[in-house]
Amino acid sequence: MSGNNKHHSSYGTYIIVWIALIAFTSITVTIAGVNLGRYTLFIALAIAAIKSTLVINIFMHIKFDEPIFKAFLGISGATLFIIFLLTFFDYLYR
Amino acid sequence: MANDIAVKNFYQQSTNKHTGILSWLLTKDHKRIGLMYMMAIMTFFIVGILIGVLMRLELISPGRTIMGAQTYNTLFTLHGVIMIFLFIIPGLPAIFGNFFLPIQIGAADVVFPRLNLLSWYIYMIGAALVLISLFLPGGPIDTGWTFYIPYSVRSTTNVSMALFAAFVLGFSSILTGINFITTVHRLRAPGMGFFKMPLFVWATYATAWIQIIATPVIAITILLVIIERAFGVGIFDPALGGDPILFQHMFWIYSHPAVYIMILPAMGVVSEIIPTFSRRTIFGYKQIAYSSLAIAFIGYLVWAHHMFSSGMSDTARWIFSLLTFIVALPSGVKIFNWVATMYKGSIDPQPPFLWVMNFIFLFSIGGLTGLVLGSLATDIHLTDTYFVVAHFHYVMFGGTGTIFFAALHYWFPKMFGRMYNMKLARIAVVLYFIGFNMLYFPKFIMGYMGMPRRYYDYLPQFTPYQRISTIGSWILVGTIFFIFGYLIHALLKGKKATSNPWGGVTLEWHIPSPPPLENFETIPTVTHEPYDFSQLKEMKNE
Amino acid sequence: MSDHQEAVVHQVHRDDVGARMGMWLFLFTEVLLFGGMFLVYAVYRYQYPDQFHFAAMELNTTLGTLNTIILLTSSLTVALSIAALQRGNKFLSLVFLSATLLFALMFMIIKYFEWTTKISHGIYPGSPELLAKPNGQILFFGLYYIMTGLHGLHVLVGMVVISFMIVFISRDKVTPDNYVKLENSGLYWHLVDLIWIFLFPLFYLIQ
Repeated sequence: MSGNNKHHSSYGTYIIVWIALIAFTSITVTIAGVNLGRYTLFIALAIAAIKSTLVINIFMHIKFDEPIFKAFLGISGATLFIIFLLTFFDYLYR
Repeated sequence: MANDIAVKNFYQQSTNKHTGILSWLLTKDHKRIGLMYMMAIMTFFIVGILIGVLMRLELISPGRTIMGAQTYNTLFTLHGVIMIFLFIIPGLPAIFGNFFLPIQIGAADVVFPRLNLLSWYIYMIGAALVLISLFLPGGPIDTGWTFYIPYSVRSTTNVSMALFAAFVLGFSSILTGINFITTVHRLRAPGMGFFKMPLFVWATYATAWIQIIATPVIAITILLVIIERAFGVGIFDPALGGDPILFQHMFWIYSHPAVYIMILPAMGVVSEIIPTFSRRTIFGYKQIAYSSLAIAFIGYLVWAHHMFSSGMSDTARWIFSLLTFIVALPSGVKIFNWVATMYKGSIDPQPPFLWVMNFIFLFSIGGLTGLVLGSLATDIHLTDTYFVVAHFHYVMFGGTGTIFFAALHYWFPKMFGRMYNMKLARIAVVLYFIGFNMLYFPKFIMGYMGMPRRYYDYLPQFTPYQRISTIGSWILVGTIFFIFGYLIHALLKGKKATSNPWGGVTLEWHIPSPPPLENFETIPTVTHEPYDFSQLKEMKNE
Repeated sequence: MSDHQEAVVHQVHRDDVGARMGMWLFLFTEVLLFGGMFLVYAVYRYQYPDQFHFAAMELNTTLGTLNTIILLTSSLTVALSIAALQRGNKFLSLVFLSATLLFALMFMIIKYFEWTTKISHGIYPGSPELLAKPNGQILFFGLYYIMTGLHGLHVLVGMVVISFMIVFISRDKVTPDNYVKLENSGLYWHLVDLIWIFLFPLFYLIQ
């Protein structure tokens, strides 16, 4: 059964996302020069996460795909996160 | 399908135009691929067993018996590498998963048949690389299958080649996992919702998730060790700021979930065999299905129980100990549900059922001793002793290994269209039980008494236990060869099997033995619950 | 059992959703592969925050930013390529795909210059200059080479895959009615971009 996505994003949508990505890139580079103390890493990762969300949802189309794909992504992401968390229970408390 | 003789089976039909061996090597048929895996995996299993026999022979007396210490080190390393990467991890999924998962969901094949064949080739390449690593200059690897830093970087043996072989084998595992998950989501027959699937399918599905998510972590760990050997980057080298314990974290982040890759399919098989031979529907179907997912998930959270004495933080130690106790719970759910299924059932003690009895006893011992090891205070005394060796052999060999034989005895008539000698099979079950316990139980005692693992030599007070263990190895291995003997005899001369010799009701028992190429004449529409034995009357007319 | 075998050719059953599902599952393995490396990075950055900061100053932020923009743009062009094919415009699709390949090449060239510059300054695993530095810096550069190297390898593989897609589209093996292969290639390429989205701030923007 062929199941090509009925939803096709427009050229314009992709270009807007691209502009947003470039904008966030310039924000993250500019902010790197500002001393944010303890928040530097967090903000850099937050911006990276926003960029990723755009790429995954629009470019990789997961927003418009069957929900199971989002579930799968969630499972994998959650597992990776937990692995980080548990490993740091060692390093944070040495 | 009343007339088995008229319908051609999958040995007589091919997915390609070749004949002879090429029709196998270029097949897209999941059943043939399962059998090709069986040939390869059984061969390596036998090699692994023989290495074990040699090890036990060396240990029959203190001091040198038949080999030197270096040889002994390479033997226990190879025994581990072969048994784990070439036998147990692929074993049940690649053989029985490949053969039966599509049939049990009412499909003609998996979603990616050519990828399936590729998985087999990748497995064979990985196996070849293991063999090659034995003969290159430097000699076979001697680090133990766990290849811990720093020795895996310093050892002058062929660590990189052996590790690269494991890396390649990981891809085989990953591709199988991808195929199975997609197949379960996309090819279930009409009417077969997730909660009508047989529990073996649930188990294989949960296993596939572990294969996909955990295997890449060992892949990167292996790459890092190979890079370290080649370039001395310092990632795990304390002299350059690295942390050897980080290696252990990364190693066990895969290798603990890996043991669930080993046991979940086995538990799936048990969930098939018990209802069939109790002639009763499984007790607590949903709980068993969910427990497979729970084990798969919680299994990711316990890895550092292999590292209690490594030097990691106390906080990490108690957290992982707690999580380890929690992971025992879903397994307990399964065992209770299996026993409840048998209660007031109509028990038919055929060989597959007897094998499952073996499993329940041996796996329970393994599981319970896991609690002893999961508890921090006791683990400090028992870690890296024979107690651990006994524990994992009871769960891996007594658990998955036993079910390997159970699955073989259960599905043999379906796969090969022949019956084997029941009396010999029953004798084998008993001999196996005796040999197994003789081989491994003394190891609990020796471990408790302080005998370290992976030691080539030992103090005289251990000698009587070592001797009993060695004799047990002869009985067990002898029994295994006996089993292969009567099964091969059955292949050649056994009585022809009907489509349903045991009275099972999952979809594989509705089709001829052996199955036709596309499994079903027409894809069935599923209306019954998976273990609904009222179907048996209708099936007699099929 | 007769040994005469018949070949049974059955209709190849097409399942685009299944094909994409398989691809996503493969991508998760890549996420976990790099995830493992990010874990190593995280541990050592936690242990050596200052040394990571000093070591990062040796990296050229301009080139890193340029590479980030190049890769983001290549993600755009591969998405546009699929959009073009969906609208039946084979020529435009090929143009965008070729642009993607070009951007990938530019990325690799810049990477090559970054690496060779470092190596000529004596900063590479095992070099006396590097070993003379504090441990945290040694680890930083070790991680830099391994992670950007592994990423670069994936870029190269992506270039091969995109080249195949260019050939397939040219030869009408991938068409506006049957383009899941192109979608899957795009998914792979976006993953390569995603990894870099995280690598970039973690290596180049620790100021």
